[in-house]
Amino acid sequence: MTDVIDRPVNLDSDDQGPVNPDHGHDHGHDHHGPSGLVKWMTSTDHKVIGISYTVTSLTMMIIGGAFAEIIRAQLVSPTSTLVSFAQYNELFTMHGSVMIYLFVGPFAFAGLANYLVPLQIGAPDMAFPRLNLLSYWLYLSGSLVMLSGFLTSGGAANFGWVGYAPLSNVTASPGSGADLWIVALMLTGFSAIFSGVNLVATIFYLRAPGMTLFRMPIFTWNMLITGILILLAFPILTGGLVMLYCDRHFGTHIFTVSGGGVPLLWQHIFWFWGHPEVYILALPMFGMVTEVFAVFSKKPIFGYRGMVFATISIGALSLGVWAHHMFTTGAVLLPFFSAMSLLIAVPTGIKMFNWIGTMWGGKVTYSTSMLMAMGFLFTFLVGGITGIYLASPPIDFFTHDTYFVVAHFHSVVMALVLGAMSAIFLWFPKMSGIMLNERLGKFQFWFLFIGTQVFTFPMYLVGLKGMPRRMAVYPNNPSWQSLNQWASVGALLIGISMVFFIVNALYSFKKRVPAGDNPWDAQTLEWYTSSPPPAHNFVSLPPIHSERPTWDYNHPDHLSLGHGDKEKAKAGS
Amino acid sequence: MKKESILFLFLGVFWGLMGVVYWFWSRDVTGAVMLAGSVFLGLIPGLYLYYWYRRSGYHLRAEDRPDASIEEGAGVIDAFPDNSIWPMIFAIGCMFGVLALVFGTWLAIPAIAFGLSAMIGFTAESRRGGNI
Amino acid sequence: MSSLPPSSDSLSAEQALPATKNKSKKLLLVLLAPLALAGCQVPSFGGYKGVTKTANSTFHLWQGFNLAAIVVGGITLAVMAWAIFAYRAKKGDGSIPKQTQYHIPLEVTYTVIPILVVVGLFVATVVVENQVVADPTPSATINVTAFQWGWKFTYPGTKAVVVGQTTASPIMVMPVNQDVRINLVSSDVIHGFYIPEFNFSRFAQPGMVNTFTFHANKTGLYSAQCSQLCGLYHSLMYFRVDVVSPSQYQAWISSKNASTSARTAIAANGAIVIQDNPGIPVIPSHSNGAQ
Repeated sequence: MTDVIDRPVNLDSDDQGPVNPDHGHDHGHDHHGPSGLVKWMTSTDHKVIGISYTVTSLTMMIIGGAFAEIIRAQLVSPTSTLVSFAQYNELFTMHGSVMIYLFVGPFAFAGLANYLVPLQIGAPDMAFPRLNLLSYWLYLSGSLVMLSGFLTSGGAANFGWVGYAPLSNVTASPGSGADLWIVALMLTGFSAIFSGVNLVATIFYLRAPGMTLFRMPIFTWNMLITGILILLAFPILTGGLVMLYCDRHFGTHIFTVSGGGVPLLWQHIFWFWGHPEVYILALPMFGMVTEVFAVFSKKPIFGYRGMVFATISIGALSLGVWAHHMFTTGAVLLPFFSAMSLLIAVPTGIKMFNWIGTMWGGKVTYSTSMLMAMGFLFTFLVGGITGIYLASPPIDFFTHDTYFVVAHFHSVVMALVLGAMSAIFLWFPKMSGIMLNERLGKFQFWFLFIGTQVFTFPMYLVGLKGMPRRMAVYPNNPSWQSLNQWASVGALLIGISMVFFIVNALYSFKKRVPAGDNPWDAQTLEWYTSSPPPAHNFVSLPPIHSERPTWDYNHPDHLSLGHGDKEKAKAGS
Repeated sequence: MKKESILFLFLGVFWGLMGVVYWFWSRDVTGAVMLAGSVFLGLIPGLYLYYWYRRSGYHLRAEDRPDASIEEGAGVIDAFPDNSIWPMIFAIGCMFGVLALVFGTWLAIPAIAFGLSAMIGFTAESRRGGNI
Repeated sequence: MSSLPPSSDSLSAEQALPATKNKSKKLLLVLLAPLALAGCQVPSFGGYKGVTKTANSTFHLWQGFNLAAIVVGGITLAVMAWAIFAYRAKKGDGSIPKQTQYHIPLEVTYTVIPILVVVGLFVATVVVENQVVADPTPSATINVTAFQWGWKFTYPGTKAVVVGQTTASPIMVMPVNQDVRINLVSSDVIHGFYIPEFNFSRFAQPGMVNTFTFHANKTGLYSAQCSQLCGLYHSLMYFRVDVVSPSQYQAWISSKNASTSARTAIAANGAIVIQDNPGIPVIPSHSNGAQ
């Protein structure tokens, strides 16, 4: 069955504000469809799928986080026997895999993006709703397949989340846990590709009238570039996994030396996916915090066009940096990858200054969401700067595969987690119609923010002392113990912050403080419709004359000012 | 459609230039081939979008024009499918399919069963809806 | 190094810089001159000063990157803190600030300055990198083979062989003040040949020999270990590097040549047979020597 959807009409008079949800009934598009479990299984509504994705990926974060806590507990003592060597290898492999493949990625490009992109561009749904639902189910089944590795006799995959050949071949890593890891990534890979197709098609074909490309919110822009990068990167990973599987079971020798294969090829393929993947994870969170900074500074995004071009250049350059993960192989062109990796720092820096510029001269409200975004800014600055170090091959030579690198990407990824939390606090009222508790949220922020720093800084130092990553024990180096203990304390604080988050969600659902359509006086189109939005999102649309139609509608006297617009401002006010 | 096609074409051309520099500097086949493939990823959608832009007589849609009003988009957007169980069934089929790769070919039987019924379901559903 | 009296700083720093005809080295000196002259007052930022020629250059590059990071990061942080604290909305202040969206000169500035910074960092990187990957004619060659989970060091043209697994921590003996070429390969999976005090690591890969050169300038016994995940006992895949005087090195080689049974003896002494579940293997007392 299908619904033929009409374009929502403009509300021409000023007396009608943002529409209340009851309006939907008159329009004949309201659904008295299934609820509960059946709704979760069958709904093609992008909002339902977006929430399913968000909840599932946050569950994965809890699972991956639990692995991390065990890892950190093991490292408290140089000769700890909390877990065996074999279990330790499984734990860090699954920690990395769950976090990268099953949490950050799906949360970023399928969870909030699914929910928000159609709302932000005034579309009734994603372009391919059933493909969207298929994407979710492939993701969920892939997640279950990957985690089921723990139930097999040989345990889960244990060769690190990068699965370097030849360690991942059938001789060095026999057992079905490794195979489950490979096929699970095929499932989630297709899920990601479908999400990417859907995002690009939706953004190109379902925008509301007047919503030109350069009026799309930055989050939507970032999702467009992310979608393109997904289309580019994920087929390569899936292809590589097929090759790996063939090597393991069909007797091919693509990555095995004995049959004339080249193990290094896996690293090329993996990182040709892997570095765009870093931006596939990061760009959505960049987009989220951009919106947060604008909303809580009551200002337009500073340097909107510069921001868009920075995003496009990150997307363009991200294809030329893959081998900076391979400097120590001795088989890559060092200056090329060094130059490209340093260069990609420039658009990232522009974004950072634009975020600061957005706050500059504004009225900054310290809501939980904004605090999380500020925490993101600091943590990402640290992670970004150490990233520049690693773009220099001589420095990478002595930090590669040490805890310095681990600390670097945990700074980056924890910044993304802060960004994700910031986004959840901003958009939770829109998704549920109720507010999250600010007080519990602030507790969560301080634990998360301080925990992140206590967690990463000792890892930088212990890495510089020469501690390699993926070590179950370090009996020869008892002097590394205290730094490791500090890192474990940090990990514990991060764990506690997640308890605050869960308590907050439960408490808020019990308390049910109604949010209203636009609790933050936010700017983009999704805040014009009701919270939660009706089926097919909009009963009416405001006129779209800039990238923040809702703000323009609510504050017609405070339109954005361009560079030469000082006079106009005086005339207007 | 114009700007959309330019975005893709720009990315394709940029990756092409990067690939040329990379090939003549490094002579590394792996990276050069992957970058060459990326060029196609930029050019194929870019040219497709431009083709439709040209076929429409260089027409700017309401969503491409800054001065468009909401009323200009009035009318039917498209048909959107209602609830459907088949994506889940199809995904379950896919899951059994990949599990067959791990635990043995007998798992291909449920995989094919789920997959086929999902495909039939998809088709029937679309026909009944009539508007896709 | 921070213990040097301030008065001797500039002099000792100049002396510490080895005279060289190498062009790229000179360029490096120009680039890092302020840093090198400041010499010992620049902190180590947690890095190893290094005991080879290239390790020292890498260490200076590391210091330079840190100084750049402190300047750039510090400015960014200050601006960030100002934006966060100075524009805090007062309670009950519902007014709407000026809706500034663009400031073209400012945006151009913060695009151009980062580009200049990364160009500078890139030039410094290339100079040091060319030194690190340089391949001069060596006075000694060592073939290193990594395997799960140990190391084998052979000295071509001699009968010297050192083999050891896990915490036996085999010792790679090499002469000081000479160019020593390492040919690195793996016999199974990828391993990481990582010597922290040499500021250097390189993958040992199957089917591909990696060649690089060390020029150690300080004798001593340095701990090292595998840095790339290589399976179950990755955490225990230790080795050590013993940098000795050339005469001691020659004496060691001759002793190995003289004893025909050296190969088996060392293999038998060095290797620990790994049980399926060893718990924590006993750590030989000498393995803490280089800490």
